[in-house]
Amino acid sequence: MSRKLFSQKIQNIKDEVLLLGSMVEEAVNKSIYALKMRDTKLAKQIYQRDIELNDKRFSIENAILILIATQQPMARDLRELASMLDVISELERMGDYAKGIAKVAIKLENVDLKIPIKEIETMAELSIGMLHKALTAFINEDAKTAAQIPYEDDAVDRIYEDVYHKAVELMMSDPLNVDNSNLIIWVGHNLERLADRVTNICERTVFIATGELMELEVDEEDDQLDLE
Amino acid sequence: MKIQISVKNFNFFYGKFQALRDINFEIPERQITAIIGPSGCGKSTFIRSFNRMNDLIASVSTKGEIILDGENILELDPVTLRKKIGMVFQRPNPFPKSIYENVAYGPRAHGIKNKNQLDEIVEKSLKDSFLWDEVNKDLNKSGLSLSGGQQQRLCIARALAVEPEIILMDEPASALDPIATLKIEELMQELKQKYTIVIVTHNMQQAARASDYTAFFNMLPDRAGYLVEHDFTQTIFTNPKEKLTEDYISGRFG
Repeated sequence: MSRKLFSQKIQNIKDEVLLLGSMVEEAVNKSIYALKMRDTKLAKQIYQRDIELNDKRFSIENAILILIATQQPMARDLRELASMLDVISELERMGDYAKGIAKVAIKLENVDLKIPIKEIETMAELSIGMLHKALTAFINEDAKTAAQIPYEDDAVDRIYEDVYHKAVELMMSDPLNVDNSNLIIWVGHNLERLADRVTNICERTVFIATGELMELEVDEEDDQLDLE
Repeated sequence: MKIQISVKNFNFFYGKFQALRDINFEIPERQITAIIGPSGCGKSTFIRSFNRMNDLIASVSTKGEIILDGENILELDPVTLRKKIGMVFQRPNPFPKSIYENVAYGPRAHGIKNKNQLDEIVEKSLKDSFLWDEVNKDLNKSGLSLSGGQQQRLCIARALAVEPEIILMDEPASALDPIATLKIEELMQELKQKYTIVIVTHNMQQAARASDYTAFFNMLPDRAGYLVEHDFTQTIFTNPKEKLTEDYISGRFG
């Protein structure tokens, strides 16, 4: 197999995409922890981390554009590079969700509110688990696994409903809770959207492996809670 | 899509050496078909068979059929055939004559003597090859005084002057700079409104940019060329079916 250098450069970019993914996982985990512990210092670190995450995304994008411009990738190489452009923008948005959760942690710093943290932690665990599997399948170009991952989104959606209802209960028990409970819905929404975006990564994996651009949509009923 | 040329079980030999084996291939009308493949895979031999250019080489023999308008090209009179099929080569090769004479040469050889008629053909051919605006004041200048890109467009005008159905192009831009190359590619897009174009190119980007269909040829272990895959150009370059094609177009061949 020739084109060793070119293949190596694609591999380096893949490694960077994985690294970006692990930065996102870490940011989400920390944001949930900051929310749980009302750790404002940690929450502010996540803000800083988001700047690094955005920089990483742009540097990967730049490296991909240079390869496209100078190496004229074709077929699978082209599908890989084009897909990575898409995946890094998904990851960057996921990083923004972590930042959003960190922002809520800061706002709730001195607020005494019984937030449904168990449910939120489970949502985070499930969606980060999906993300992790999706990135592994993406790097391995494993379309079969990728096509299964979106089904896990149902569980995330169900817990989001729990979070939503508990937040509404808090609002109803005391009107003074309305603003802060609304923030809790935001946290749930961010995690729910993160899991949705994992599906987009899975679609790219199928595209790389098969050349088919297809939707892997499996959820139908979550739109009623979609605040976007 | 109407088929212009049907190649059926075509085999080509230089003496005992088989250069092409069992080629089956259909070329659609008024489309651009690019033929790509490694050096020595028989691409040029293949398109030169369409207008019997290989007849000039002793010891050449063929089996199979190349059908154009219901007739087997391999059995036609080459002069009649070449009126239907024009060719443009790698290096521009205008005759050492005026621009006008270069273009008028073919129609004259086919019996057109009327000066007005020839003037018309020359003007139309030079317009169709996007050269008219650059040369219409100097039609008596030598064809060899033009730039390389202009010379190549003059050769295209010369091919168009006999009103062929098909234009064969064997690496038509490999001796040209990038701007002249893009002009030729743009011209091809205009020409395909009226003509079927078959182009052999080593430049895969050119095949990707300029053609509607792409055929990938490769060599068998005994060095005979064969057709690996033939599909829409966009399919060949984004999602080819054969691994060999994928390896070749992504530069991982051999």
